[in-house]
Amino acid sequence: MKLAIQLAYRNLMGAGLKTWLNVGILAFTFLLIVFYNGFMDGWNAQAMRDSVAYEFGEGHYYHKDYDPKDPFSIKDGHGIIQVDNLTNVVPILIRQGSVYPDGRMMPVLLKGIPAKQSILDLPTSYLQSDEETIPAIIGKRFAKASRIQEGDDVTIRWRDQNGSFDAVTIHIAKVFDCDVPTVDAGQIWLPLYPFRSLTGLDYQSSMFVINKEFDREQYPDWNYKSQEELLKPLKMVVDSKKAGGSIMYVLLLGIALLAIFDTQVLSIFRRQKEIGTYVSLGMTRSQVVKLFTVEGAMYSIMAVIAAIIVGVPLFYLISQSGITIPQSSQTTSLSISEVVYPKFTLSLIATMILLVVLAATMVSYLPSRKIAKMDPVQALKGKIQ
Amino acid sequence: MNTLYFRILLIGIAIYFQQGIDAQTTTAMDPVYILEQVDANMSAKNRIIHAKMTVHGRRKSRTIESKSYSVGRLKSYSEYLAPAREKGTKMLKLDNRLWIYAPSTDRTIQLSGHMLRQSVLGSDLSYEDMMEDRSLLELYDAKLIGEETVNGRETWVLELRAKVDGVSYTKRKSWIDQERFVPLKEELYAKSGQLLKMIELSEVSRVDGRWFPQKMVYKDMLKKGKGTEFYIVSIQFNASIPDHYFTKAILKS
Repeated sequence: MKLAIQLAYRNLMGAGLKTWLNVGILAFTFLLIVFYNGFMDGWNAQAMRDSVAYEFGEGHYYHKDYDPKDPFSIKDGHGIIQVDNLTNVVPILIRQGSVYPDGRMMPVLLKGIPAKQSILDLPTSYLQSDEETIPAIIGKRFAKASRIQEGDDVTIRWRDQNGSFDAVTIHIAKVFDCDVPTVDAGQIWLPLYPFRSLTGLDYQSSMFVINKEFDREQYPDWNYKSQEELLKPLKMVVDSKKAGGSIMYVLLLGIALLAIFDTQVLSIFRRQKEIGTYVSLGMTRSQVVKLFTVEGAMYSIMAVIAAIIVGVPLFYLISQSGITIPQSSQTTSLSISEVVYPKFTLSLIATMILLVVLAATMVSYLPSRKIAKMDPVQALKGKIQ
Repeated sequence: MNTLYFRILLIGIAIYFQQGIDAQTTTAMDPVYILEQVDANMSAKNRIIHAKMTVHGRRKSRTIESKSYSVGRLKSYSEYLAPAREKGTKMLKLDNRLWIYAPSTDRTIQLSGHMLRQSVLGSDLSYEDMMEDRSLLELYDAKLIGEETVNGRETWVLELRAKVDGVSYTKRKSWIDQERFVPLKEELYAKSGQLLKMIELSEVSRVDGRWFPQKMVYKDMLKKGKGTEFYIVSIQFNASIPDHYFTKAILKS
């Protein structure tokens, strides 16, 4: 084996530019695969972390008549939470309404949340106010879409529990920066207790968010959804995007492997005399096959080394500075921050090394099998077989 | 002697008519009576309206022509006739559900919740406003708070406060024409007392034995703009409307 490695190394070095072209394209493919997967993993981790911090907590309880995916259910989907200790839950009351920024009408979801909650990272402390005007907080996405700024006073209109219109002017106390569109887009957060009074829904909530300390016993009128269940759709979206993106690097890897395959086929054709000499000097056919396979596999080893030399400092820098996401991508309904920090794990890198080396070894071995069928005398003569 | 009898008779007749006039004035000024008369003019078991709605946008105005069929307050079907862009769009309201059919997509969608609060084709009317059509007497307690002149006509100013739950506007102010019992102006308020909408009604004419305004200008007071004009080209009260007009099948027919 040692001899095979030595010979393979010398042969590759001797091949010069041809070797470096193969190594270069394989290294580029390797870097691209690692980068893409690292980016998606980084996005996934950030999206999950932010979703838990801003929206999911340790899980949700929805009123039995409220379905977050069904806007028809908002009107009647509310009830009283029969929980003794409210320190481990955040009750939220949801109603539909309209906001009138600068004389324009926009439909919004009005959400009442306790100002003193600490389970979610929403800056609800801004909802505490002694002023007569009700304070409200909105996300930066909605602020941009509605052209409402921090400090503005805007009128909101809604229907109370009996269907009568009501309207008040609210004060935008804070525009928060949050990467979770589902707590931002088209939503206005209001202090829960005044909001309940305004809507005539005292003690009522549409849902509540829990923390780790909450005792998850069964509440007959409420449906429980664990954090894992809530995160599942997000994970599925990221996995689906990952699978979609893999087509690109599978194609690139295919091209790189085809280059190695071609090189091997050409080598076996052009190096017949060399193969004949190896056999004449006492090497078995399988040893020659191994030599050529090692040569091919060595492309991938060299590519991995080259990729590590270039990739380690490059990826370290990227993972520190992050990648800025264009504004247009942030307006989607997916949780994506302004800057995504790719996550390059050892398992990811090890898996990718294994994939590239195994694939390169396989495409090197396939044409090398022809050597086993060669007649050494004909090979020595250099006659095409 | 005959002259004396004649004088007594004349005085008697005069007193009789005076009492009659007083009684009529008192009855007319009773806010409930006023509302009854308004409802008699404005409400009908069913109606067919051919109307033009002019929406004044920030830059330009556009007119939408439609024909609507309604029975009571629960069933309503409308079809847009113009402009070409809206032509063929149909809207069906059954109870508190509303469906819209768009010919461009050949699809029917049901509106609910916040979508019902959006304006109809950019106008100052929301789908909810169009779905609100119960009689005033059924919904409000009325109080006569004064008399004013609107567009040269003497009106009674009524303050209406909801007496039942589920009324969209818990308070309204109506300026009712003293002669024709038709509102000439209305202000609609939120529970908090904030003025939400203003409606100006004009061009009152006689239709099927009742007075009815041909032109209405709706203004959402929370929105900027000149409001939305609603002009009735023709209206038929208590006409016969086939039942199939109020089924979902009509939307794609």
